[in-house]
Amino acid sequence: MTGWQTHKGPAVALPLQHVDTDQLIPARFMSVPRADGYGDFLFYDLRRKADGVLTPDFPLNRHTDASILVSRHNFGSGSSREAAVYALIDAGVRVVIAPSFGDIFSSNAVNNGLLPARLDAPACAELEAILGDQSAMIEVDLNHLTIAISGRTFPFALEESWRTKLMNGWDDIDLTRNHHQEIAAFAASRYKDAPWAWPGGAP
Amino acid sequence: MARSSMRAPIPLTLLDKLWQAHEILKRDDGVSLLWVDRHLVHEGSHHAFAKIDGRTLPVAEPSLTFAVVDHYAPTRDRSTRADPQIRRMISTLQTNAEAHNLRLFDLDDPGQGIVHVIGPEQGLTLPGLLVNCGDSHTSTHGAFGALAFGIGATEVAHVLATQTIWQQKPKAMRISIEGTLSPGVTAKDIALHWIARLGTGGAQGHAVEYTGSAVRALSMEGRMTLCNLSIEGGARFGMVAPDETTFAYLKGRPYAPGGEAWDKALAAWRQLSSDDEALFDKDVVIQASEIAPTVTWGTSPEHALPVTACVPDPTAIDPTKSDSAQAALDYMGLKPGQALEGLPIDQVFIGSCTNGRIEDLRAAAAILSGHKAKVPGLISPGSARIKAEAEAEGLDRIFIKAGLEWGASGCSMCVGMNGDIVAKGKRCASSTNRNFRGRQGPGARTHLMSPAMVAAAAITGRITDIRKLCTRRAM
Repeated sequence: MTGWQTHKGPAVALPLQHVDTDQLIPARFMSVPRADGYGDFLFYDLRRKADGVLTPDFPLNRHTDASILVSRHNFGSGSSREAAVYALIDAGVRVVIAPSFGDIFSSNAVNNGLLPARLDAPACAELEAILGDQSAMIEVDLNHLTIAISGRTFPFALEESWRTKLMNGWDDIDLTRNHHQEIAAFAASRYKDAPWAWPGGAP
Repeated sequence: MARSSMRAPIPLTLLDKLWQAHEILKRDDGVSLLWVDRHLVHEGSHHAFAKIDGRTLPVAEPSLTFAVVDHYAPTRDRSTRADPQIRRMISTLQTNAEAHNLRLFDLDDPGQGIVHVIGPEQGLTLPGLLVNCGDSHTSTHGAFGALAFGIGATEVAHVLATQTIWQQKPKAMRISIEGTLSPGVTAKDIALHWIARLGTGGAQGHAVEYTGSAVRALSMEGRMTLCNLSIEGGARFGMVAPDETTFAYLKGRPYAPGGEAWDKALAAWRQLSSDDEALFDKDVVIQASEIAPTVTWGTSPEHALPVTACVPDPTAIDPTKSDSAQAALDYMGLKPGQALEGLPIDQVFIGSCTNGRIEDLRAAAAILSGHKAKVPGLISPGSARIKAEAEAEGLDRIFIKAGLEWGASGCSMCVGMNGDIVAKGKRCASSTNRNFRGRQGPGARTHLMSPAMVAAAAITGRITDIRKLCTRRAM
C-alpha cells in the first residue's frame, strides 16, 4: 500500500443512510480472487433495476469516474467483509465522506488506503447540496484534515493513528515483526500465568 | 501486581481488565498491540491466506488457530456440492488448513458448525481470552467474558502472521437490563429493543458490557444472542461478566481446561467483572418489563418495533430518518400505518449464529409441536452437535411433521452465499441478524424476530404475537 497526503478528484453525493456492506458488495461475489478485480461488484444490486439493466439515476452510474463519495450516517455498517473496501478501491474510490462509519469498515478502509473522513451531518448536507446530482472536484488534504470544494473548506475528523497510516502506507505485519522479542516475552509470561488460556489448558 | 501507592486502586471495567491482560505494548498514538488467544478462520478468510502466502509467511501459532467450514456449507445435499464456486471456497479452506497445519472442522466433522456456535461448544472460547475472527458477529464470544471482536482480511492476515493485533481501545459502555423479562420475551427481543432505541450507531466506537438482573438470568445461549447482535448497534465488542452459569456451561467441553488448569482458570475467571465503582463512558438502563416481542419492519436492525405496533409513517418521524424509512418501506412492500401483527409471510427460517442453538430450537419446537406450518421454511441447526442433540430429543420430527425442512448446519439462509436464499420479493420471518436489502438473497424481504416468534409465524402464516398465540392455546 502506498501512502498519500492529498487527493483531488471528482466527487458525487450518495444521499443514503446505512449504506451497509451488503449494499457495497452482495455476498455472492465474495468468492472471487482479489486479482480478478472487485470494481464491477460495487453497489451491484443498488445500481441495477430488477432486469439487471443499470439504473441511469444512480449517482455512480451517472458519474463513473468519481473517486470521492459523500454519503450519510452509518456508512459501511454491517459485516466485516473487506471485500466492501476492495469494491470501492477497485472502482477508483479513494475517499468516503460521511457523518459516521461502521467501526470495522473504517479500519478495513484505512488498511487499504481508503480514507473514511468523518464530517458532521450539517456539513455533509452542505456538501450534498453543493454537489446536487452533479459531480464536482473536491480536494482532500490529510496534512490539514480538510476538504475543499469551490472555495469552501470543511475540516474533517480522523483518528491520528489512521492519518499516519494513510500517509505512510505502512504495512502492519512488517511493523509488528520488529517487535518480535516483546511478543515472544509476552507469550512466555502469559503461558506461565495463564496456562488455561491454551486449548485444553495447555498441551 | 504490586501497588506502591497507598491510594485505593482505580476501579476498572471488565474491558480494562481484559485489555490490560492482553496488551503487549502501547504506541505513542494510543494504539495497543494485543495478544490473540484464539483465532478462528472460515472459507471467507481466503484473502488473508493469500496475503500471507504472497509473502511466504507461516501461521505464527497454528495451535491457537482453528478453521471451520460454515459460510458456504451446503445445508441440504452435501454429497453433490454442485456449485463449483462453493466447492472451490471449501476446498481452498481445506488446502490452507492443511498447508498451515490447522485443526479444521470440515463439513463431515462431528464438531462442524457455525464458527460462533462451535467456538463456545468446543470450549475454545473461554472467559478472559482475546478471540478474533474475520466476521462481525465475533462479539458473540464476549458472552463468556472474553474480549472478542470481528476483523477484516488485512487484520486476519496480521493475526495469522503474528498472533497479535493492533487496536485502539474502544470506549466503555454499559447496558443494564433490570427486572424480569415477560413471558415470550427473549434475548433477541432485548437486543432488537436496545438497537431500535439507541440506533445502529448507538454503540459505535464502544465496547458494550451487558449487566443487570435480566442478563444474569439469561442462559449462555441467551447471552450469546445478546452479544452477537452488538455489532448491529454499532459495537464491535459485546460482553457479559462470567459467573456460575458460564462455568457450568464450559466444564468438560473438549478444549476447555481440565484438572489443575480448570481450578487455576476458575480462580482467574472469578476476577473478571467490572469493579463496583468503575466508570463507563456511556451508561444505559432498560427495564426488562418494557420489552415486548420485537420485530423488524425495515432494512436496518434499528427499524424494529414491538409486534403490536404499526409500521411508522416516514413523514411523521425524525426528519433525518424519513428518507431511509421511506426507502425501507418501498423495498419491504409496506405502507405507513400498516399493523405488523397479521402481516402475511411467505416463508420462515430458523438458524444462524444469532439463534441457531439448542435452546432456540427447543423454543421453536415447543410452539410448533402438534401444528402444521402454513408456509414453507427451513431449520438449520447451528452445529452438527446441536443437530444430533435436537434429533435425540425428537425436535427434528416436530419440525418435519409441521412441514418444515430440517437441514444441516451452516450460515445457511442468513447470508445468501451458500445456496440457501429467499427468492425475490418473498417475505421471510427469520431468526437471523440482518434485515439488510438483499441479505437473504436479491430482493428478499426479511423480518427479524426470535425463534419462538418465527415458529408462531409459521403456524399462522402471518407475523404473530407469541403471547396471544400461547394464551389462545392454553385456553
